[in-house]
Amino acid sequence: MSGHSNYEPKSGFEKWLDVRLPIIRFGHDTIVDFPTPKNLNYWYTFGGILALCLGIQIVTGIILAMHYVAHVKFAFDSVEHIMRDVNYGWLIRYVHANGASMFFLAVYVHMFRGLYYGSYKAPREVLWLLGCVIYLLMIITAFMGYVLPWGQMSFHGAVVITNLIGAIPVIGQSITTWLWGGFAVDNPTLNRFFSLHYLLPFMIAGVVALHIWALHVPGNNNPTGVDVKSKEDTVPFHPYYTVKDGFAISVFLLMFAAFVFFNPNALGDAVNYVPANPLVTPAHIVPEWYLLPFYAILRAVPDKLMGVIFMGGAIAMLFLLPWLDTSKVRSMRYRPTARLYFFIFVVVTLVLGYCGGQLPDNKIIPGLTTFQVIDADLNSVVWLSRMATAYYFAYFLIILPVLGLTETPLPQPESISEPVLSHPANAPAGAAASPEKRG
Amino acid sequence: MGATPEHHTGGEDPNRRDFIHIAATVAAVGAVGGLAWPFIDQMNPAADTLALASVEFDLSKVELGQQVVIKWRGKPLFIRHRTGKEIAAAIKDDNAALRDPQTDEERHKAGKAEWLVLIGTCTHLGCVPTFGGGDFGGWFCPCHGSHYDTSGRIRKGPAPKNLAVPEYTFLSDSKVKVG
Ligand code: FES
Repeated sequence: MSGHSNYEPKSGFEKWLDVRLPIIRFGHDTIVDFPTPKNLNYWYTFGGILALCLGIQIVTGIILAMHYVAHVKFAFDSVEHIMRDVNYGWLIRYVHANGASMFFLAVYVHMFRGLYYGSYKAPREVLWLLGCVIYLLMIITAFMGYVLPWGQMSFHGAVVITNLIGAIPVIGQSITTWLWGGFAVDNPTLNRFFSLHYLLPFMIAGVVALHIWALHVPGNNNPTGVDVKSKEDTVPFHPYYTVKDGFAISVFLLMFAAFVFFNPNALGDAVNYVPANPLVTPAHIVPEWYLLPFYAILRAVPDKLMGVIFMGGAIAMLFLLPWLDTSKVRSMRYRPTARLYFFIFVVVTLVLGYCGGQLPDNKIIPGLTTFQVIDADLNSVVWLSRMATAYYFAYFLIILPVLGLTETPLPQPESISEPVLSHPANAPAGAAASPEKRG
Repeated sequence: MGATPEHHTGGEDPNRRDFIHIAATVAAVGAVGGLAWPFIDQMNPAADTLALASVEFDLSKVELGQQVVIKWRGKPLFIRHRTGKEIAAAIKDDNAALRDPQTDEERHKAGKAEWLVLIGTCTHLGCVPTFGGGDFGGWFCPCHGSHYDTSGRIRKGPAPKNLAVPEYTFLSDSKVKVG
């Protein structure tokens, strides 16, 4: 995209169009002839997987909207109508519902990859911020979509989440009423959620375009975190990464299909097959798996407003990350201490996810009744969440800023190609000598 | 000292131009603000939602020690016929360390201590608490563990406020009108 273009319009039509709207040139420079670091591993294929996920969600979503009725009296039944009566409705709905999970699974891998290889560091801060915006929009979209079937979990999930806003001092209650369009979550709420659930994916697509634009200006980061030095360090995107991404996408789709065809409700909650009833709360309200860590953080704090602030803060940390990490070295391959803390961080987010799905008073180790320290039973999910929450914030606010200043990184290679070419097995002489000896 | 600053008089008076810029900006902001309001306000409850009728309820249906849940404005409404023991417990705790201090007296109509009318949504995040659980003999919210006493006051857990008392009046000894 930046720099000169190698595109040569061939047909008459391409030449004609190129002077008027150079869109084919743009596509060629962006996804065919784009120089890409040659050492990208499979963690980097999730960008392509995510684009596919967004496409699948939009297509299946548009179709579902043709059959769905956004009214409290008909919403639940219209979903059942899709499942039973609409031709292939079951398939399209299961693809859409499981697609949301797959989308989040891929985005989390994509984000952890960015965290590990320092993809958020200069000059890619805007790229990272746009990614955070996409993630935030995804959360809002997924939440609103989850409300639409108007089951028990949908309804009470909506009640709980919208009530979070009521924690804002003074104006909170008016804002909640404004969001509801009534005195409670009701038909006006369902209607506007449907409208926004349809709109937001297109906004996501818009930000994705910006995200890709911001990626193509500095170019991809890579596992070494070392900048591209020469043409030697890159290969054209096509065919090298189109094929690699294509393979990864195929494997990903196999897993996706396994869920859709063999266990389509594994990631959903059975309680959502009970029609919404505002007078009875399910015994245990849980969000979808991909929001459990934030839910655990919310519950870890015994105060409503503070809980909301911490939950929001957990996402805000991501936005601040480029300025919190003070290290000059991008990739954690060369930051052994940071790497250790990073893996603890990954485990801690998984622990938070586990806690979010449990009742707060559940025991962690069932055999042990209590592990009393002063006033606290440390053998309870709520205390585990508290400790994990503390680490989550410490990682961003203490560990990364301090570590960047104190740790001694390992020596980084001169260039992307260097570690490959200097490796004895890959040395030119050896390479020339071995082919005929092999086998 | 004493020297007057030289005025740049060639062309237009800068003050006049500034004024035009400021006035135009203010007008534009005002216009955008004015136009935005209808788009914001349409989200607020519509007239028919606001006009939601109040409900009348016959108390003779609720036996002593029972609670009836009815739906009002999309929310559950608890109508509880309290026993003497519950009332005594509530009064006894009037001076306890309460998060949202209120005496039991303030939470029911004068002379009608046996009738408690409450909006049945937990003031934490809006779940529906169940009666008979928790540490204080009142309501317990299963979602994140808020305990309310027999007066519906918050005693323990994350909820910040007592269960809300809606506006209601006694039409007769056995009839209330809520809303
Ligand atoms: S909603 Fe009742 S405790 Fe959270």
